[in-house]
Amino acid sequence: MQYVFVGATRGMGRALARRMVARGDTLFLLGRDAEGLDRCATDLRARAGREDAVVGVGALDLLQPDGFGPAVDAAVAALGSVDGFVVSAGLFAPGPALEADLALAERVLRANFTGTILLCEHARRHLLPSKGQLVVFSSVAGDRGRKPIAIYGASKAGLSHYLESVDHRFAADGLRVLTVKPGFVRTAMTAGLPEPPFAGEPDAVAKRVLAAMDAGKPVVYAPAIWALVMLVIRLLPRFVMRRVGF
Amino acid sequence: MPSRSQEPRVAGWGRQFVPGRELFSEDLERASKGAHLLRGLGRSYGDASLPAPGCPDVLTTTLADRVLRLTDDGVLRAEAGLSLRALNRLTLHRGLFVPVTPGTQFVTLGGMVASDVHGKRHHVAGTIGRHVRALRMRVADGRIVECSPETHADLFWATIGGMGLTGAILEVELQLERTPSPWIYQEMTKHGDLDSLLAALEEGSRNWPMTVAWIDCVTRGRAMGRGILFVGRWAEAHESPPEPPRWGEASIPVPFEAPNWAISPPTVRAFNTAYYHKQLRSKVQGFVSPETFFYPLDVIADWNLGYGSSGLTQHQAVIPRQAGPQGVRALLERLTALSAASPLCVLKDCGEQGQGLLSFPRPGTSIAIDMPVRSGTAAAVAQLNEVVIEYGGRIYLTKDQFTSAADFRAMEPRLDDFMDVRRRWDPELRFRSAQSVRLFGDSPFATGT
Ligand SMILES: Cc1cc2nc3c(=O)[nH]c(=O)nc-3n(C[C@H](O)[C@H](O)[C@H](O)COP(=O)(O)OP(=O)(O)OC[C@H]3O[C@@H](n4cnc5c(N)ncnc54)[C@H](O)[C@@H]3O)c2cc1C
Ligand SMILES: NC(=O)c1ccc[n+]([C@@H]2O[C@H](COP(=O)([O-])OP(=O)(O)OC[C@H]3O[C@@H](n4cnc5c(N)ncnc54)[C@H](OP(=O)(O)O)[C@@H]3O)[C@@H](O)[C@H]2O)c1
Repeated sequence: MQYVFVGATRGMGRALARRMVARGDTLFLLGRDAEGLDRCATDLRARAGREDAVVGVGALDLLQPDGFGPAVDAAVAALGSVDGFVVSAGLFAPGPALEADLALAERVLRANFTGTILLCEHARRHLLPSKGQLVVFSSVAGDRGRKPIAIYGASKAGLSHYLESVDHRFAADGLRVLTVKPGFVRTAMTAGLPEPPFAGEPDAVAKRVLAAMDAGKPVVYAPAIWALVMLVIRLLPRFVMRRVGF
Repeated sequence: MPSRSQEPRVAGWGRQFVPGRELFSEDLERASKGAHLLRGLGRSYGDASLPAPGCPDVLTTTLADRVLRLTDDGVLRAEAGLSLRALNRLTLHRGLFVPVTPGTQFVTLGGMVASDVHGKRHHVAGTIGRHVRALRMRVADGRIVECSPETHADLFWATIGGMGLTGAILEVELQLERTPSPWIYQEMTKHGDLDSLLAALEEGSRNWPMTVAWIDCVTRGRAMGRGILFVGRWAEAHESPPEPPRWGEASIPVPFEAPNWAISPPTVRAFNTAYYHKQLRSKVQGFVSPETFFYPLDVIADWNLGYGSSGLTQHQAVIPRQAGPQGVRALLERLTALSAASPLCVLKDCGEQGQGLLSFPRPGTSIAIDMPVRSGTAAAVAQLNEVVIEYGGRIYLTKDQFTSAADFRAMEPRLDDFMDVRRRWDPELRFRSAQSVRLFGDSPFATGT
């Protein structure tokens, strides 16, 4: 299968891309760091033992939506046809850092919300004819308003909302949308943060996401336990949420 | 495992925690600017991968694990954080394997090079250093240099086994080996006392490319030093099972920290007797997967938790061949008298010394003893070291936590040569570890560096 992948350079995206090429998928990588993309492509080709594991790389910055159209068109052209888009790119900063630096807050909101949604709109144009799959990393942070993650959580809540709507709107036309909701996962994004219970590893997340892709699921929590954790958190009354620290 | 709990502290495999903070980055080249120490998967038992007092930051490489080249003739180039486990999964089905592997695959390339690891094939393949073609490093003055046996050879050979003290290893280029099949043919034989075990190990090394022995380090008297010898070789394609071996997906975790008495003289004696007699016949043979053969302990993740909250250490020493079996006997007598050992004791015959300036193995017998940490552990290590020094042996830095600087000096006449090269590349000794402060005479950092 052929995928356009945005965010394969690091973290969960890297782990997922490795699993995808290992099972024979072909990728075109988009991202903002040309050297990082090249190294990542080299890694994926060497691991897969196939030159065509990655057919090309191209520039795409989530903060610059003007570039999305040409970047996506070029990626799809290089692949020939496209079965799916994976978007694992995203920006995070802890609540206090965002509250203290509104320019950073703006970047997080633009990357995760405006940028990712506009990118999905471009992807959707290519995916509808082929009844392809749109796989996007949102977050459990978007499931409930919580003290430490107001701004980042809002960006992901908006993204999840959009993805659900797209699923409702286009499922009948054959478009499959998978919203990935990771819990706390040990990547560079979370390094140095106090670790909550049930922290996950990127490769285990990747494995679960791949299974959800194959099963055509609309939503996947990873690690799995976070589905339950968030169910409980969604049910907690406001007066409790005002008191607890998470 | 790297701890990311709220309280910033780090430990090696022996779980002796010190204040410290691990920094993680996929981009080693950028992150290594200004670093004082790097660490991989933290499988060194002692304080080799722990920050020197005064500067808590240590850069962990595990996110930097890209494969940059893997050719059909077995040349691998990868970032230093690539784990051996990931590498094995990539290479085994291609008919390639690392020529030297330690007894766990939860190590990184950088850690393997910095400790100049050896394995069951030491008597034929030497240490990993013999198979390293080149290293890309960030050195103390901030430059990035490529070194090899041909270019900047002094830096190269000081880095092989140099315990991270010569600079940050960013990339490693290794020559892998062709394997005739993905299986190992193994034989296990029981030997009732030390002399017969040592004789069998020597004989085994003449005939087999892979050897190691488990030795009972608590039983005294006639059966002292009884054990099981494991020998093996890669199976030939025509004799090996037709299907490829299954590579374990996950290992069984130890769910919690055991109580400290879990590993104490009575439990160890009971375990050792059971383990020795588990194999009923005096000889067992067959085909096993490389995972079973090379990494029996990896089946249980975090088995170090089994030692309880006070943790463990390992004393690994090599007794030179000239000292003869009485050197090993003397060490074992000292050890059984101390009743300090756990069930994990391993004998290995070592071949030629490598070129790494501080490389551990030298021709002789290596004996590795895991010990639960107790109040008397430092004294016990000092007692063992007395025997090691008497017979002209030395200890393995990557396992050590309790050796004194004076004892280390007495065992390590090569230290001055190492320090000369280290100072040439790092006059201010920017790269430092808790171990180098303890053993090499480095000072702690002035707080705030
Ligand atoms: C169960 C078990 C079995 C073992 N069996 C063997 C064996 O058979 N033979 C053997 O030789 N060893 C053995 N070891 C020891 C192990 O192979 C070494 O300690 C190895 O160095 C661990 O690799 P690591 O990635 O965990 O490194 P760490 O423990 O994280 O670091 C070890 C040293 O390497 C340095 N280092 C790590 N990465 C870099 C880098 N990128 N640049 C510069 N310096 C770096 C650190 O500063 C430190 O000094 C065993 C250990 C265990 C736990
Ligand atoms: N880790 C967690 O605990 C966690 C929890 C919930 C949700 N998530 C979400 O899961 C996704 C993956 O997280 P991760 O932890 O794997 O993250 P990560 O390791 O930080 O990787 C982030 C990826 O996003 C890319 N990226 C960032 N900003 C970009 C931009 N402006 N334009 C293009 N690409 C950009 C990065 O590319 P570069 O190489 O160029 O930096 C990198 O590939 C993210 O959407 C994150 O919000 C993570």
